[in-house]
Amino acid sequence: MSIRPKSPDAIGKMRVAGQVVAEILTRLRQMARPGVTTGELDAEALRIITAHGARALFHGQPHPRGGRTYPGNICVSLNEELVHGIPGPREIAEGDIVSLDVGVEKDGWCGDAARTFAVGDVPERARRLLDTTEEALEIARREARAGILWSAVAGQIESFVTSAGFSIVTEYVGHGIGAKMWEEPRVPNYVGRDMLRDDFLIVENMTMCVEPMVNMGRRDVRTTSDGWTVVTSDGKPSAHFEDMLLVHRDGCEPLTR
Amino acid sequence: MAKDVIRMEGKVTEALPNAIFRVELENGHKVMAHVSGRMRMHFIRILPGDRVTIELSPYDLTKGRIVYRTG
Repeated sequence: MSIRPKSPDAIGKMRVAGQVVAEILTRLRQMARPGVTTGELDAEALRIITAHGARALFHGQPHPRGGRTYPGNICVSLNEELVHGIPGPREIAEGDIVSLDVGVEKDGWCGDAARTFAVGDVPERARRLLDTTEEALEIARREARAGILWSAVAGQIESFVTSAGFSIVTEYVGHGIGAKMWEEPRVPNYVGRDMLRDDFLIVENMTMCVEPMVNMGRRDVRTTSDGWTVVTSDGKPSAHFEDMLLVHRDGCEPLTR
Repeated sequence: MAKDVIRMEGKVTEALPNAIFRVELENGHKVMAHVSGRMRMHFIRILPGDRVTIELSPYDLTKGRIVYRTG
């Protein structure tokens, strides 16, 4: 599979979209205190998106299996929720692990990123889960470069996470990004015999979202009855970090920080 | 937003040459599926009538690969 690099014009516009995402993530993290609802975070995100003349990318996304389209503007996933949590009346509580996933489209180009953080004090092991997942993303930023295969990077991410005693989620993967949120290639966070079929050569000026999802306990996940929210099967916490990366010859530049 | 590696349950309706199978999914769609490398390695036999889990290609929803024999 060969991946097309982005033009300088496209990269410029994706940089702008990425900065809108970064601004929202920073603002929502300040806002996320005990008693604040996930719906209030969603409303604030939409306010900032609209102020920039952008569009909430997740709203109305088709369901992968033909269910209802995504109803929120962003995803807010708490504790055992991994990704795609729908914002609503639920209040954030002291000790919650909050994952925010934000995507916008501005002037025809996309930006997409996620952060996970603790509200108040959490056990040491939860703190390590967050640090490990953030570092897994950092491995991709540092090691992914033009001219090597993605599997070489994914292997490092996977072994780093498993040697920390956590498990990497395989049901969901990162993705290429550009004028559409989901473009080729698939960007898995692990190396498997099956996934090697989809391996790709990393090229300069390609843009991709790398998004390790790490579970404290077992790697199994399931989707709840709302059709979207993905939770860990064992109910233990999960963390998710994502950046939109622009590939250079010697590493990657995050466009969403 | 994370991309789903689309997994679905189905039933094998026909065995074709070269370890390709016709599978009818729970939603009624019919797809062609090959057997994943891991299953070939462990010599897991698949016969018409078996229930299987398949992963669909996100780019071509008529093709997939069988990753588990469910029952």
